[in-house]
Amino acid sequence: MGAAAREVKVNPILQVSDLKVRRGNKEVVDVPVFSLDEGEIVSLIGPNGAGKSSFLLALASLIPFSGTLTFRGETIPSHRSTFYRRLITFVFQEPLLLNASVYYNVAIGLKLRGLKTKEINERVNETMEKFGIAHLADRNVRKLSGGEAQRVNLARAFAINPKIIFLDEPFSSLDPPTRDGLRDDLRHILKETGTAAIVATHDREDGLILSDRMAVMNEGRIIQIGPALEVMNRPSDEFIASFVGIETIIPGKVSACSEGIITVVTEEGAIIYAMGQWSVGEKVLCCIRPENVTIIADGKQERTSARNLLAGTIVELAERGFMSHVTINCGFPIKSYVSTPSAREMSLSVGKSVLVSFKATAVHVIKPA
Amino acid sequence: MDLIIDGFSQASDLIFNLDGEVMGVTLLSLFVSGTATLISVFFGVGIGTVIALTDFPGRRLIVSLINTGMGLPPVVVGLIVSIMLWRSGPLGFLDILYTPAALIIAQAIIATPIVMGISLAALQHLPKNLRWQILALGATRWQLIWLLMREARLSLLAAIMAGFGGVISEVGASIMVGGNIKGYTRVLTTATVMETSKGNFDHAIALSIILMILVFTVNAVFTWVQQRERSR
Repeated sequence: MGAAAREVKVNPILQVSDLKVRRGNKEVVDVPVFSLDEGEIVSLIGPNGAGKSSFLLALASLIPFSGTLTFRGETIPSHRSTFYRRLITFVFQEPLLLNASVYYNVAIGLKLRGLKTKEINERVNETMEKFGIAHLADRNVRKLSGGEAQRVNLARAFAINPKIIFLDEPFSSLDPPTRDGLRDDLRHILKETGTAAIVATHDREDGLILSDRMAVMNEGRIIQIGPALEVMNRPSDEFIASFVGIETIIPGKVSACSEGIITVVTEEGAIIYAMGQWSVGEKVLCCIRPENVTIIADGKQERTSARNLLAGTIVELAERGFMSHVTINCGFPIKSYVSTPSAREMSLSVGKSVLVSFKATAVHVIKPA
Repeated sequence: MDLIIDGFSQASDLIFNLDGEVMGVTLLSLFVSGTATLISVFFGVGIGTVIALTDFPGRRLIVSLINTGMGLPPVVVGLIVSIMLWRSGPLGFLDILYTPAALIIAQAIIATPIVMGISLAALQHLPKNLRWQILALGATRWQLIWLLMREARLSLLAAIMAGFGGVISEVGASIMVGGNIKGYTRVLTTATVMETSKGNFDHAIALSIILMILVFTVNAVFTWVQQRERSR
């Protein structure tokens, strides 16, 4: 897998080799190579049970693991190194605040380190200010809303000025507006403080917005890692493609290849143009993101080798708030996201004949499993 | 009816005139049960915490033994402690049977599983990830234990109340190992039993009222602390 080849980092804060975690008789994490740069944010995406949480817990030295973990070149023992745990911190999905005031919670990490009251006071006030919770200082954490509690949780983590912060699904219990606000603040503060972070999430959008690199995990392994946009647009296999939200995956065979443009004939006989270098006769899968598919309800558009144009019939139309999800049968189903006002303007409805259009560059070609 | 009215009026005389014998019995009860509760808190909370926070083979069996111990019949404890402290028993050389020390030992044995069982349950009911969270904030092992106990403090207070409540009102073991010796091992419960059997209802009622006031006061203080914590 290409993951290993990409892991030659210039300035790593954390490096892993042959890291394995066992739960009972099952190996739940098996990561041969992974590294995190100073100040870098990596998102870890994957389905439930992929091993994301166990990987994070092992990286934070909270559960036993085998293999090597180094922090700025220094090897960290397998489990519960207090020295290392005082350089990092962990944010769980549920806020796990201590039953006391907001101030006490934000101060706790500093108290555990035996800092002087004056210094604690300064750092806590500064951090509470940064997270917009200064007005809640004296309130008991039980009287906080979900969003406020998660803000306190993050403030508590940042107050100790960690070198690395591990976040396990930090926003999944929050409602969308709270979540968006907190996510933006988190990204801003991480970048401002230069704190390296690994965020496990099952939400692709979180991953895309927060991270510099994205790692996809499945069955305990990192199966692709790279810049977030690249992973989203250029998944290396069918599993990742479907996980990162590519809803149209069409099997076909390469019938021609010239000047970086290939012609793929689908099993139904339709022709799709895509970019890449493939051999004629090779079986491939064409992956197309729904955001890149345009629907043309009337009028004509000329087909060129740079733009695909297929005729089809709408078989499904679901309004999902501002966006409508449309499925068009062109011999095979193609998904498209259209803004709901546009869908209404074009009078899209089930049974209507339309043209679908997408650029050759929007088609990502991968090998079938 | 007269019996009850007379009983109550004489009882109030005994209480308000601070009758020497009644006060002595009351103070001894407080001392014995208070000390036994302190001992049970030391062992009960300590061992309960260790069991709650560690995983070892046979743990389930130990937990069910502790839970069984919470319902340990005081007379059985009285019997065992009597045998152990009997002159020819294994601890007979201590020569403490029929002394306040024997009362304290028996009551501590009764209270410890109660305190342990409730402490264990309280710590086990803390969220699963809380331990990791505290460690990830940089806690050492002792700091972790302290913070977990702090987090479970309301339930730990309940454990202490239950332990004290269990022993201050206990009578079987106290009679067996204390012998109800006047001015030496006579406590509120054993005195009440004796006075009732003698038909001295005024004394019995006075002692019962004091016992109830005592239990109520101690629990009211703990409850006040607990509820103040809760509402903060």
